[in-house]
Amino acid sequence: MNVLIVGSGRVGATLAGMLDGAGHAVTIVDVDRASFAHLPSTFKGTTHLGNGADLDVLRQVGVDKVDAFLALTDGDNRNLMAAQITKEIFGVKRVFAKVNDPIRAEIYRAKGITTFSRTTILAVLLQAMLLDDREVGEVLLQRTMKLERVMAGEESAAAAAPSGARR
Amino acid sequence: MYVVIAGGGEIGYHLAKALIEAGHEVMVIESDRHRAQWIEEQLGSVVLNAPADEGRYQLEAGCQRADAVLAVTGEDPKNLVICQLARYNCGPHGRVIARVNDPKNEIVFKALGIDETVSSTRVLMNVIEQELPTGGGGFLPLMPLTGSHLELIEAEIAPGAPSVGKPVRSLDMPPGSLIGGIVRGGKVVPGVGDAVLQVGDRVIVFAPTVAEAEVRKTLYG
Repeated sequence: MNVLIVGSGRVGATLAGMLDGAGHAVTIVDVDRASFAHLPSTFKGTTHLGNGADLDVLRQVGVDKVDAFLALTDGDNRNLMAAQITKEIFGVKRVFAKVNDPIRAEIYRAKGITTFSRTTILAVLLQAMLLDDREVGEVLLQRTMKLERVMAGEESAAAAAPSGARR
Repeated sequence: MYVVIAGGGEIGYHLAKALIEAGHEVMVIESDRHRAQWIEEQLGSVVLNAPADEGRYQLEAGCQRADAVLAVTGEDPKNLVICQLARYNCGPHGRVIARVNDPKNEIVFKALGIDETVSSTRVLMNVIEQELPTGGGGFLPLMPLTGSHLELIEAEIAPGAPSVGKPVRSLDMPPGSLIGGIVRGGKVVPGVGDAVLQVGDRVIVFAPTVAEAEVRKTLYG
């Protein structure tokens, strides 16, 4: 899969590293060169310095040829603009945007952008953990902890990749 | 008229001041507390200290009854979202107008449903193009047409332009564009389609904003 990620913060860089490790072609864009330091040293994908909400920058990195697009900067509005340009102007079908304001997340979901809010994801997970709701919490928690052990160098990456059976 | 202004920077403040002086009712939404306080000291109780890109504050500012919502912050993504949320929250009746800082975002905003944009860069470019001696020709985007993706362009045919000596009918104009009239020696030329363009003719064109460059190439070179 050919994936474009805008925003090389902790979330963007971690996901880029995971997808790259699983053999996907990843391009990651950020305005700040220093932010690429979040990427794992093993990252073999492409980094591009530029504003991911800019029509010309998106065109330059070949947004029209990607299978999936994720806007993961720390700005809700920037993510929504980048995601809409990608979907409406370049016609990419799978478009995701991190939108931490839950109300904005809901409004733009209706426009066909898959939005997700760290606010609500974390709140739901924490509630599930507190109430011992295994159905919601357990799988996510196990996989998260596994990923963290890999990132800390305690386990190999192969162990953290979701198995075919789970998918 | 009731106008909600999202963003109390230099443009937002002076716009509010001018509208109030012209007898209009105004509400400025400004997220910075100190700036909001300062505007209130200057203009009175016309400020809501809140982020303009959250729908509930747009409603609190009374955007449902506003004749216009103007998004004039210095960030294009923020102005886009403010306008889209205003369309969603405040009903379809009022005008929604965005300031764009990067001129190419005018096209981006239109593609994303925000038709009315103002680019200060482009306004200044137009003024400069109007002021500069053109050497017997000029290409001037006059104005965008409200509620469409079209604009009105005036092109003065210069010596050596590719359109000189050609009948209007034979010109390779971009799709969706139309030559509406020709002014020659201060008079309108009758029968636009059959007219043969001469040096000094002023041609009035309706064209899609995205095709401006093509119109320029065809008429002006």
